[in-house]
Amino acid sequence: MAQGQTAPGIVSGRLSSEDIAANFDDLHPAYAPHEAAVAADRCYFCYDAPCVTACPTDIDIPLFIRQIQTGHAQAAAKTILDQNILGGMCARVCPTETLCEEACVRETAEGKPVEIGRLQRYATDTVMAAGVHPFERAASTGKTVAVVGAGPAGLACAHRLAMLGHDVVIHEAREKAGGLNEFGIAAYKSTENYAEAEVDWLLKIGGITIENGSALGRGVTLDGLRDAYDAVFLSIGLGGVNALRAEGEDKDGVRDAVDFIADLRQAADLSALPVGRNVVVIGGGMTAVDAAVQSKLLGAENVTIAYRRGREAMGASRFEQDLAASKGVKLMFNVQPVAVHGNGAATEIELEYTSSAGGELTGTGETTRLAADQVFKAIGQTLEGAPSELALDGRKIAVTGAGRTSVNGVWAGGDCAAGGDDLTVTAVAEGRDAAMDIHEAMKG
Amino acid sequence: MADLKTNFLGIESPNPFWLASAPPTDKEYNVRRAFEAGWGGVVWKTLGAEGPPVVNVNGPRYGAIWGADRRLLGLNNIELITDRPLETNLEEITRVKKDYPDRAIIVSLMVPCEEAAWKAILPRVAETGADGIELNFGCPHGMAERGMGSAVGQVPEYIEMVTRWCKENYDKPVIVKLTPNITDVRFPARAAKAGGADAVSLINTINSIVSVDLDQMAPEPIIGDKGTHGGYCGPAVKPIAMNMVAEIARCPQTHGLPISAIGGITTWRDAAEFMALGAGNVQVCTAAMTYGFKIVEEMISGLSQWMDEKGYTSTEDFIGMAVPNVTDWQYLNLNSVSKAKIDQDACIKCGRCYAACEDTSHQAIAMSEDRTFTVKDDECVACNLCVNVCPVENCISMVELQPGELDERTGETVSAEYANWTTHPNNPSAQAAE
Ligand SMILES: Cc1cc2nc3c(=O)[nH]c(=O)nc-3n(C[C@H](O)[C@H](O)[C@H](O)COP(=O)(O)OP(=O)(O)OC[C@H]3O[C@@H](n4cnc5c(N)ncnc54)[C@H](O)[C@@H]3O)c2cc1C
Ligand SMILES: Cc1cc2nc3c(=O)[nH]c(=O)nc-3n(C[C@H](O)[C@H](O)[C@H](O)COP(=O)(O)O)c2cc1C
Ligand code: SF4
Ligand code: SF4
Ligand code: SF4
Repeated sequence: MAQGQTAPGIVSGRLSSEDIAANFDDLHPAYAPHEAAVAADRCYFCYDAPCVTACPTDIDIPLFIRQIQTGHAQAAAKTILDQNILGGMCARVCPTETLCEEACVRETAEGKPVEIGRLQRYATDTVMAAGVHPFERAASTGKTVAVVGAGPAGLACAHRLAMLGHDVVIHEAREKAGGLNEFGIAAYKSTENYAEAEVDWLLKIGGITIENGSALGRGVTLDGLRDAYDAVFLSIGLGGVNALRAEGEDKDGVRDAVDFIADLRQAADLSALPVGRNVVVIGGGMTAVDAAVQSKLLGAENVTIAYRRGREAMGASRFEQDLAASKGVKLMFNVQPVAVHGNGAATEIELEYTSSAGGELTGTGETTRLAADQVFKAIGQTLEGAPSELALDGRKIAVTGAGRTSVNGVWAGGDCAAGGDDLTVTAVAEGRDAAMDIHEAMKG
Repeated sequence: MADLKTNFLGIESPNPFWLASAPPTDKEYNVRRAFEAGWGGVVWKTLGAEGPPVVNVNGPRYGAIWGADRRLLGLNNIELITDRPLETNLEEITRVKKDYPDRAIIVSLMVPCEEAAWKAILPRVAETGADGIELNFGCPHGMAERGMGSAVGQVPEYIEMVTRWCKENYDKPVIVKLTPNITDVRFPARAAKAGGADAVSLINTINSIVSVDLDQMAPEPIIGDKGTHGGYCGPAVKPIAMNMVAEIARCPQTHGLPISAIGGITTWRDAAEFMALGAGNVQVCTAAMTYGFKIVEEMISGLSQWMDEKGYTSTEDFIGMAVPNVTDWQYLNLNSVSKAKIDQDACIKCGRCYAACEDTSHQAIAMSEDRTFTVKDDECVACNLCVNVCPVENCISMVELQPGELDERTGETVSAEYANWTTHPNNPSAQAAE
């Protein structure tokens, strides 16, 4: 029985299973062949194309679109995967509106870019559907590499190394590979268990072993890895979360948004997943939007994103903001949490208005209260568990060149390494480039 | 609003848009609907001699090529002349003409190359009350294998002979439809004129294979396991047809011979272009087959709006106006110097002009770090390739230098004088003449 959107507290089954299934349907549905043909026809085959420059993995976009146009979607997929082995996931999760599609000349011309992301999905879906893995391993080099963390950075690095003939062991703390592709990305971006299917497909290259439940810092040490392998690549992501530093932060109902999303992504039945009636999400990035939108899709009555700065400073793109608004999420700007009220469990959140002068954020003293039986903290993830011998750059692992850390024979990439945006596609690019550098270094 | 009424060979029609002899005009049902839609006239689908009608293939008879978004650019067909009994066609023509006295109906004919055959059919056609006949010397497939169609159209002597038979045995205008499957269209046109033709119409379809099925390894359309060449038409053939029309219009021997232009006409502009090159009216087939009869509405409104804008009150005002400006290469003014100019506000920075000029032309476009594209006047030969490849209309234009200005490429000052190849110092014949 659906409990309804107005049932108090944090409860499951606010909507019927059918409504929930419809709500979590593909955000950008797959193209039918005719749609792909029409979309592909719009590409101008630009010279030194600006879309390619804007893609962190430098996919040859005009070439792959032309391959779709001429009837070879699988060849198009090969062009994509050559540069970005997780091109299928990136096609689903890249904020294309701030990457390739923003740079497309047809965005300049008509405000309607070529839909590169959906075309990329069309192409990569064909190889996935055909079960084809269009890469082969080079002859074995006898070298072994340890990769720590099976997220996009680790997987991209491992695949490239395996392709070059090296043997790779991935140490992954969790029981499942995929990193945030599996535990973080919004459910409506990665439908039908795509993350897992993609990992299985990627492993077809051979030469990659994943050791689940094997965590660096829990029995496994960096020194141990350096002794046992010819090189080490760290791609542990950002496992920690920032603290809210608001009174009442420990009350029931206050949670990290990433944990909520991880539960959501792993839930066998979304209608069994509890969500509050009045949900407030603190933060302004992609995670905040994802937590808010998915709460709404689960049936929360009121969902508010409370962000401490103005709209223009928000980490989530305009597209993501509009998506949230279109689902009925309310966006509040220039407010910061000062206290969570409630007797044991949260019932209200108190927000203080802010003003920023010269980049300095200060509370104005004026506060407002919102009903809140569930509060999600989405104020940024932090590096956790990085081996102490590594030099840091700010709050991330310091790297030079293609991911070289301060320790010889150890590389790092993805969210845990300094530089680059915290995006799936950036993680893939860094993993791939580190693999090439490791390959060169191991040649001696 | 401009009056589109046209008088072609004394045949009046409310506008210059006729449907060409083809499937759109193959029967009474179609022609009545075409007239209701607004077409000024029709050339009825080609009739053959009395007796059992020809048969068509029972598989696909069309093939095509497409542009972006599957826009049909060229169509090819292996259809023959009408496959319905002569009697049926004649009855229908009679009925339709009676109901639409203000529209032109021309009967297209193709019978064996014997005088008796023509003498037999001409009186039958005369009885229908149709306004004239068109001799189909054009079909390039099927009928040509039987000594008709383009097999006649490729031999000027036959054209002249058959045209003369028709003029002798039929009172109303005789239009000779020419095949483009020849090397110089002026020869058949002259033959038609010598035979007494009142007009020529062109082009009929062009020999073509539009595609090959790479699984069946056969040209398309495939009937069973084989294909044959077909007749090509549609937007893709317009440039070829326009050149042929212009050649006839400017040839001293055929200049003034009325022309009904055919080939890829799809919009009012296509029609206006053909008419500027000397056509008295136009005929349309593929555009109607692609979009239906309704497209004539755009042609009518477009042509009259353009005429209003230009101040033309009748089509006579502009027919043939471009003919004097069609000349031979040797008479082009070599002192006319232009340079490409890119409108930076319109440019979307796709870089196609750069790729085209850098890889295949004169390395005359510079590309900056921030993707600003500019023309190097000291390298630009004004070839126009950049204009042609730019996806934004009017973004790149050709600007003609004024006399007295410096051509940075040659270092010479632009002269106000007209000078062509015939007098150019590099021309051996010019020097010999000195
Ligand atoms: C909620 C959310 C939504 C997002 N949505 C998008 C989006 O739509 N589009 C987009 O481009 N990006 C999105 N991102 C960002 C994107 O997911 C990350 O940038 C990307 O996953 C980073 O990849 P990674 O390989 O560096 O790290 P992760 O994906 O975090 O993978 C790290 C892996 O390392 C493992 N690990 C951690 N510590 C250890 C250890 N000590 N030992 C062994 N293994 C360890 C983890 O279990 C994990 O599997 C989102 C992020 C979040 C949190
Ligand atoms: C299917 C088809 C059948 C045709 N049949 C005839 C015909 O019977 N007689 C004729 O003179 N021309 C015939 N034509 C040629 C057209 O009348 C016309 O000359 C040619 O298609 C070029 O014009 P378009 O580009 O507007 O189609 C045919 C064309 C097509 C496509
Ligand atoms: S990987 Fe992402 S940024 Fe790159 S082309 Fe594909 S969708 Fe665009
Ligand atoms: S910028 Fe747009 S039009 Fe140009 S190549 Fe890229 S996708 Fe195609
Ligand atoms: S082709 Fe046209 S739009 Fe493209 S860069 Fe050149 S001038 Fe600009």
